[in-house]
Amino acid sequence: MTVTAALLALGLALGSSDTHGAVPAGTAPQLGAPAEHAAAPAAQGGGHGGGHEASLPEVMMHHVANGYVLELPGICDGFHWNCEVDLRQLFGTQLDAAGKLSGPLVFAGGKLDMTPSKHVVMMWLAALLLLGLLLLVVVPRRSVVPRGVYNFFELLVQFVRDIAISNIGKRDADRFVPYLASAFFFILFMNLLGLVPFMATATANVSVTVGLALFTFLVTQYAAVKAQGVGGYLAHLTGGVPRSLAWLWPIMIPVEILGLFTKPFALTIRLFANMVAGHFVILALLGLIFAISVFVAPVSIALALAIFLLELFVAFVQAYIFTMLSALFIGAGLVHHGHGEGHAEHDQAHHASDVAGNAPGHG
Amino acid sequence: MTSLALAYLGAGLGAGMAVIGVGLGIGKLAAAAMEGSARQPTAVGDIRTSMIIAAALIEGATLFAIVVCLLLAIKA
Repeated sequence: MTVTAALLALGLALGSSDTHGAVPAGTAPQLGAPAEHAAAPAAQGGGHGGGHEASLPEVMMHHVANGYVLELPGICDGFHWNCEVDLRQLFGTQLDAAGKLSGPLVFAGGKLDMTPSKHVVMMWLAALLLLGLLLLVVVPRRSVVPRGVYNFFELLVQFVRDIAISNIGKRDADRFVPYLASAFFFILFMNLLGLVPFMATATANVSVTVGLALFTFLVTQYAAVKAQGVGGYLAHLTGGVPRSLAWLWPIMIPVEILGLFTKPFALTIRLFANMVAGHFVILALLGLIFAISVFVAPVSIALALAIFLLELFVAFVQAYIFTMLSALFIGAGLVHHGHGEGHAEHDQAHHASDVAGNAPGHG
Repeated sequence: MTSLALAYLGAGLGAGMAVIGVGLGIGKLAAAAMEGSARQPTAVGDIRTSMIIAAALIEGATLFAIVVCLLLAIKA
């Protein structure tokens, strides 16, 4: 991999002196100058030629941010390393001179643009991979004893189920394992796709992580309302302040409502920032080759490789952390239910029949 | 100093301070984990898992600061 990265970097350094026709890439504001790339880590796409110089921050943002140009491996006319698919051209969205969008996928008079962007295509790809996995590995299963790839994925699902049981409690865990497993695998696949050449990390887009955190929020509130009833749920919004101190409620209730939103916000930012930071560091390290001199290339590439391996680890850890915190929040919402099944200790105290199978932390 | 220069300065200082914070935090966490593992070698697996979770959470908070610094540096 180091040799590949070294050759890529060398080729780009030499190739950047050529001039090619500038690509009429989408004029989306998020795209940095789609010109010659100053950095092309093995983790990201290849570079492509362009008309004018791009500064390093612009190139870095171009690699990490969303855009409407998909880069695919192949030799197309005008480019060295890759073909480009302009999604806006593909779906017929036009941007006229006044900056107004129009086309079959643009609604609300140019304000709602549903043209798939690069990150949306990556999300589809992750979803397709998961579906393919399901259809090819799980559905044709013929025996109760797991074999092969099925065995491996059963291990991962069991892992998610253990997270659910230790955070939600044995009784309700199985109701939420489908959501938690979906979140875990989807985030994992999206994170890992970002490390493949020519692909992008969909979770490096704050909209994607906000969507995921929103789903966790909805599931958490649904679980809390179902367990405590609407009255009980609203009562807990007072934060445990008794009726005798009801004058405190106008202060407590807005604070508690705000507190409801901080947890999904933290989930969003944690996942987003971890994914962006990894790519940024790799791009910055490889950009040093162009900013300082071509002779720092061996050190730069070695460091970038180390950060790449760390990022591989972080991809798994962040999927696990998201799932674990979602399970924790769901369990916290359920804990006020009559028997307090949020905690293994409670279960042991109240349900003698559960004691046999309910050691803390193990399902 | 122009606002552009101040933005870059802020980004640089902010990133440095964020790294100090996370270095201290995760260092203390790792020290506690080492000590716990030394005192109770049978609990090494559990301690390691908890350590990784706590490190990821601390790093999440730090990366929030890093994102702000990056916004300053890129948008400036």
